Amino acid sequence: MEEKQLYTVTIFSENRVGLLNQISIIYTRRKLNIESLSVSPSSIKGIHKFTITSYSDRETIEKLVKQVEKRIGVLKSFFYTDDEIIYQEIALYKVPTSNLIEEPNLEKIIRKYNARILEMAKDYTILEKTGHPEETESLFEELKRHDIRQFVRSGRVAVTKDINEYVTMFLEERRLKKETLI
Amino acid sequence: MSEKITGAEAMLRAIEAEGVDTIFGYPGGAIIPVFDRLYDHGSKLKHILVRHEQGATHAAQGYARVSGKTGVVIVTSGPGATNAITGISDAMMDSTPMVVIMGQVSSESLGSDAFQETDVIGITQPVTKWSHQIRSVEEIAWAVSRAFYIASTGRPGPVVLDFAKNAQNELVEWDNDYKKCKFIRSYIPYPEVKEEDVDVVAEIINAAERPLIISGHGVMIAEAEKELVAFAEKADIPVSTTLLGLSTIPTTHPLNKGMLGMHGNVAPNMATNRCDVMIAIGMRFDDRVTGDVNEFAKQAKIVHIDIDESEFNKNVKADATIHGDAKTVLEMLLPKINETKHSEWLASFEYDEELERTKVINKEVYPKEGDLKMGEVVNKVSEMAGDSAVLVTDVGQNQMMSSRYFQYGAPKGIVTSGGLGTMGFGLPAAIGAKIGAPERPVCFFVGDGGIQMTIEELGVILQYGVAVKIIILNNNFLGMVRQWQDIFYKKRYSQTPMVNPDFVTIAKAYAIPAEDVTERSQLDAAIDRMMKYEGAYVLNVKVETEGYVFPMVPAGSTMLNTILAPGEKYQPEN
Repeated sequence: MEEKQLYTVTIFSENRVGLLNQISIIYTRRKLNIESLSVSPSSIKGIHKFTITSYSDRETIEKLVKQVEKRIGVLKSFFYTDDEIIYQEIALYKVPTSNLIEEPNLEKIIRKYNARILEMAKDYTILEKTGHPEETESLFEELKRHDIRQFVRSGRVAVTKDINEYVTMFLEERRLKKETLI
Repeated sequence: MSEKITGAEAMLRAIEAEGVDTIFGYPGGAIIPVFDRLYDHGSKLKHILVRHEQGATHAAQGYARVSGKTGVVIVTSGPGATNAITGISDAMMDSTPMVVIMGQVSSESLGSDAFQETDVIGITQPVTKWSHQIRSVEEIAWAVSRAFYIASTGRPGPVVLDFAKNAQNELVEWDNDYKKCKFIRSYIPYPEVKEEDVDVVAEIINAAERPLIISGHGVMIAEAEKELVAFAEKADIPVSTTLLGLSTIPTTHPLNKGMLGMHGNVAPNMATNRCDVMIAIGMRFDDRVTGDVNEFAKQAKIVHIDIDESEFNKNVKADATIHGDAKTVLEMLLPKINETKHSEWLASFEYDEELERTKVINKEVYPKEGDLKMGEVVNKVSEMAGDSAVLVTDVGQNQMMSSRYFQYGAPKGIVTSGGLGTMGFGLPAAIGAKIGAPERPVCFFVGDGGIQMTIEELGVILQYGVAVKIIILNNNFLGMVRQWQDIFYKKRYSQTPMVNPDFVTIAKAYAIPAEDVTERSQLDAAIDRMMKYEGAYVLNVKVETEGYVFPMVPAGSTMLNTILAPGEKYQPEN
């Protein structure tokens, strides 16, 4: 059996009720745990983009993507390994200000991790970092000794390294097809 | 001319505009407005009142499978909806076009656990091609047109419309200008077949020395039977079929080598191990066809033709694929295929055919003594029913025996629950099939177990006079499970013996003529009476109690481990 690795699946769909459910059902049937999920309007008006990561072997993810694409409302679905995409996630950290202020290397840490301070209140400070999971995780480890109170990470967002925009091409094909019918 | 009508009325006008003339349904609280309007649509919409919502779905399946039209079901919310789930799942597995309209509580009550509310969309999404909740009257035309388009095109399947009661009662401006859906951006029912894929496949087929065709349900759905036969004849290629592909080539055609799979014919099963090219058309390599998928047709180049791209490489890796409708693909393939002969290859089927005849078929179909055999009953009924007959089966031994020994003379000649294997499917499906193809004799084989799962549908026969010929192969056992217990579980017959009611008396209570057949000497005359009778008829045939369906490829095993008789394994030639 092939080694499991992290795959990023991107799905472009119509903006309709119930699609997330249909997609997650397919993950459940194949017993794939969703590591991260982000859904948002895409750059194309009226079209939503799902970015889902999960550990899988290639064969399973290939079959999954085809079954996802089969659902009515799903326009296109793709899968990638990490080397085929540029990806980021965002993390927020809440640390008691009193602890942080006593840190002699605060500036160093901020610089090293390229983090930002979003807010500094009397009681707490919010830091933000974007990066790969290892990077956001690493800052978390660093901040642990300062009694970190909250640490949240977003789902992954990703863009491909490919110059072709297959979804745009697909939509154009479909638009032309529609014209021939009407 | 536009007028104001209720949502319930709009629904009925919309389905009429879709060409629907038959509905299988059952009323209930959340769908009363639709049934109220139906009262005035009697001349155009024939409603068949089933006795259980599951029956409505199976009847719609039977209707759809023989007619090629979309089966339509109307049921109420809550239990009405959940009772329909088995038939919906069955239609999903067996690619059957069906639109199921379900009542739902009013939009403002949704999510409040209102009386007879159930999360229909949540339940049906995994087992439908599309499922949509209609919450306002304005959505009706849009939703119905999409429902029929999605259900009936491409790889067909069931669609659920969850029809909230407020939308049934609200008024809408209706201009009688209903437009059928022809396009959905995210849905490509008939992909454009790539010429280069056809070329690749043609080259593989032209170079083949031992090609084998597997014809599946996709051929039947595409109505590509003529194209299939023309293709097979031109290149002289033996044809095997899946269970649902039966009748895509007539039984008597010399190139028809029979059915594949667990209880399929020995020769085509063994040929999967010897062919150099396998041409699978409109089938999905179900585990009941392949056995151990890792050992299946390892030596062969596999060509897979299917309308559903997600079937490629799902179960069996293909060397070449053509994504498209079976009829379109076969039409494109035909001129590119060389006319040739494969006499030696075809002759190599003879050993296995003869083996199956002597070891299995002759004993099952032409026994001289002992109890009645299931196979002989099927064979005799089939002979008397003629070429145009439709076989409807239930699930279990009756299904395998009847599908194996029925003679298929015309396309769309079998209605059976293949993928889901639903016991209780048969009786309502047979009723639906007869309504969908009134000119064809419909012969329905069922076991004593399965008939009792949906026996209430005899009421439909009583009410509407549906002329279904019902043959109960009665062994007082849940026969197929008993067979497994016999072979694999040391004859520990756990919960398979059945104490049965008097089926003849039950049939008579429904005014259906019926008779018991217990002796071989009674069989011919009884079948003759049944077939000559104009209406429905029940034969309760007492068959041997511990009969077996052979050949049998044990689940997950390989063709070479085929069992031919208790304790007797297949032996290859030399």
